[in-house]
Amino acid sequence: MTTRAMAPIHAAEVVLDDVDVGYSGQRVVHAVSLELPRGQIGCLLGPSGCGKTTLLRAIAGFEGVMRGEIRLNDQTVSRPGYTLAPEKRNVGMVFQDFALFPHLDVARNIAFGIRRWKRGDRDRRVKELLRLIGLSGYERAYPHALSGGQQQRIALARALAPKPQLLLLDEPFSSMDVELRTDLAREVRAILRAENTTGILVTHDQNEAFAFADRIAVLNNGRLCQWDTAYHLYHKPADRFVADFVGEGTIIPGRVCEDDCVECALGKIRGPLSSRFVPGTPVDVLVRPDDVELDLASGEIPAEVTAKTFRGADFLYALRLQDDTEILCVAPSHDNFVVSDHVRLRLNFSHLVVFPRGDTGAARP
Amino acid sequence: MSTPPSTQPRTTRSSRRRPVTRPNLWQATSVTVALVLALPVLVVFAHVFLPTGDVWQHLRETMLGEYVTNSLALLFGVGIGVLVIGVPVAWLVSVCEFPGRRIFQWALMLPLAMPAYIIAYTYTGMFDFTGPVQVLFRDLTGLGYGQYWFPEIRSLTGAMLMLTLVLYPYVYLLTRAAFLEQSVCVLEVSRTLGSGPYAGFFHVALPLARPAVIAGLTLALMEVLADYGTVAYFGIATFTTGIFRTWYGLADPAAAAQLAAVLLSFVFVLILLERWSRMRARFHHTSSRYSNLPRYQLRGWKAAAAVTVCLLPILFGFLIPAVQLAFWAVQTVDHWVNPTFAQLVFNTFYLAALAAVIAVALALVLAYARRMQGGFITGLAVRVAGMGYAVPGTVIAIGVMLPFAWFDNTLDAFMRDRFGISTGLLLSGTLAALLFAYAVRFLAVSLQTVEAGLGKIKPSMDDAARSLGMRPLGTLTRVHLPIMRGTLLTALLLVFVDVLKELPATLILRPFDFNTLAVRAYELAGDERLAESSSAALAIVLVGLLPVILLSVTIERSRPGQQQRAQQRGEPRQGEPLAVPAGAQTA
Repeated sequence: MTTRAMAPIHAAEVVLDDVDVGYSGQRVVHAVSLELPRGQIGCLLGPSGCGKTTLLRAIAGFEGVMRGEIRLNDQTVSRPGYTLAPEKRNVGMVFQDFALFPHLDVARNIAFGIRRWKRGDRDRRVKELLRLIGLSGYERAYPHALSGGQQQRIALARALAPKPQLLLLDEPFSSMDVELRTDLAREVRAILRAENTTGILVTHDQNEAFAFADRIAVLNNGRLCQWDTAYHLYHKPADRFVADFVGEGTIIPGRVCEDDCVECALGKIRGPLSSRFVPGTPVDVLVRPDDVELDLASGEIPAEVTAKTFRGADFLYALRLQDDTEILCVAPSHDNFVVSDHVRLRLNFSHLVVFPRGDTGAARP
Repeated sequence: MSTPPSTQPRTTRSSRRRPVTRPNLWQATSVTVALVLALPVLVVFAHVFLPTGDVWQHLRETMLGEYVTNSLALLFGVGIGVLVIGVPVAWLVSVCEFPGRRIFQWALMLPLAMPAYIIAYTYTGMFDFTGPVQVLFRDLTGLGYGQYWFPEIRSLTGAMLMLTLVLYPYVYLLTRAAFLEQSVCVLEVSRTLGSGPYAGFFHVALPLARPAVIAGLTLALMEVLADYGTVAYFGIATFTTGIFRTWYGLADPAAAAQLAAVLLSFVFVLILLERWSRMRARFHHTSSRYSNLPRYQLRGWKAAAAVTVCLLPILFGFLIPAVQLAFWAVQTVDHWVNPTFAQLVFNTFYLAALAAVIAVALALVLAYARRMQGGFITGLAVRVAGMGYAVPGTVIAIGVMLPFAWFDNTLDAFMRDRFGISTGLLLSGTLAALLFAYAVRFLAVSLQTVEAGLGKIKPSMDDAARSLGMRPLGTLTRVHLPIMRGTLLTALLLVFVDVLKELPATLILRPFDFNTLAVRAYELAGDERLAESSSAALAIVLVGLLPVILLSVTIERSRPGQQQRAQQRGEPRQGEPLAVPAGAQTA
């Protein structure tokens, strides 16, 4: 793409080192450390009030840090007592409400951050970005005349115009229709790739995070729970909060019976276990809906259907085991069982995830 | 970057959240401004606690009862009047469809341009013994002087009528806005629950609009309490005329201030009522989905009735007096096509422009203080500073005159004592006193407008500008000012016109031999030279039309759900679907 040829390769490496952020003496974010390699796309994921937006604003330079350091490409931009002003960071930001300037048309909005460029370069850049976001010909339109999705792309183009080393996105899809969100996330991801920019997205929607990010930070109560790929968040959650927040599943009680085996209502499940789980330890076992399969012919575990949700390609069944333990199970939609049908199950654990019993973190029923 | 480093706080959001550790410049400024602007009211209230002289005793025994009864009667009569006119017309133009509705929609605001005292002079001129109406009556009936009864316009009832005719637009405006803002969902729910159009109106729409109706009513009643021109001309003893009489006739400033304090307590009841109803209005917004209400099509006699009901207030509140004024103005061309009148117009415009600039500048300071450094104290200061809109001009004038005169006299005595020079009047009796009074009275007008404008600039826009390499000062000049330009012009215009119409404070505080259009019209009318007063009156009305036009355009555009098409200036189309689903065009 021509963009890459024109833009100097300058995407930032982002390092957060033991960062605390807060207002009015109250800490909102505690001891967050993470590294995002150059050109990658990261995501801060968590429920509302977990401090993800605060952390993003600290990276942008709108908030100072109370402890630790933020480095962009090895340059310290924030430490206690020093905050490099946001306008000097070469960091772009897309706001939740887009914050387009209502008195400027689309072209002038996009050109706002590059007003000191030579006129020819500036016009070329605006044209190029409009082509990239698929809104060529909208130069003279005013923001209020555009749809939400169009405004969102203009905000993105405006943030990208000065070729920032890092682009921050604060819940940019939250006002979009649900069906459009993941599409848009993928589209924005492609644009960031084309622009060769490091990106960080804040969201509370895991599907958005999965569609957008290379690495995801799950935050809870201002603390970083896990900084990992989507695959690992799902299959190797670091704690019960992540297990519960990311993906579906149930947590059922069990007991370690061997070095690599846990016994629970589903019988014996084998898999690698941490050495801290000695045989006899009471544990909680994470059962994802794809960890069990319906197998009427050779399944050994009897269960009863208590509820089901049709999801198109598959059904999500809620099942009750013989000892009344409830679990979820996903099954292709060509079999159609009804509530109170009796079925048989087979284990299909690719990853065994157990937590010490009584670990904090609310589990979904 | 070429922009110099700025002294402003860095960003709005972070500074708002930051603990208050460094010297709080914004808060100090706003508190100072508020205290200075509150001075007149504080002075007036302080007089309640001063020892009372004979005059107050005399007043209490003779006139006070009449002031109270007349003022209450006016409040009651005008209150009923504005409700009876304001609510039905608001309902008709916002819920029904009939010929001319679009015109009535804005024309019903026209009487706002007509100050009460001007309409009073006009109707007096028309209905007097020598006026066209009685002349016509005598010609038709052949009766002569004393042979027939004719209603006396210069009476308490007449004053109620005059005030009602020009004040109903307050109720109309706020009620109509409430009807338009009502969530269509609520009304549709009521219809699915079996309420017909009329039941829906009485059980849902009207109760929902009640806080707005009350707010409009209290605004109108505040104007009734503040009115001096009408009651003075009609010779009705109310608080405002009483204050004038005590001030000039009995030459007792303290007693005048005490009367003013009693009047203020009436005003405060109204303020509380208004605040309360506005607070309730907030709870009445249950849903944020809006769309055009489907209008009820009126036909036949119903349509004719609707047209009549809407036409009458416009006819009597604006058209007839305006035509009469124009007629007189043509008759008395010699009186206004001359340098003296030009000087008068210049004086007035100069004064009004100066006052507008001051009021808007103060409003900007206060509004930014609140934005930069919200919090209880700043918020309170801003609210105190905006209190003046409810305080009658007469009261403000007294509250300005007393401390200013005291300052001048003290300084003069001191200087004469020490240096043998007389400083004379530095503050009182100069334009400074008048401009200060205008700032007190009309700050709320500019403040409301400026705050609304500033509210359109979301904090994230500041952040966006910063993240795009703009320093704080650049953000102010490149983002805030361009967005605010229209708002600032509106605020200037509104204050300008209010100053133009203001009568009592100008009468008391104007420098010797300094006349404005309003004062000139008042003086000529007082001398029974009604026709000659018409040119000044007409000039006020014509300029007064500007904000009415502005208001009607703004309302049409600020309609919820219309923003999408705001640029197209055109009338909203009927039965359009709700706003296009966000993002629908991005696929």
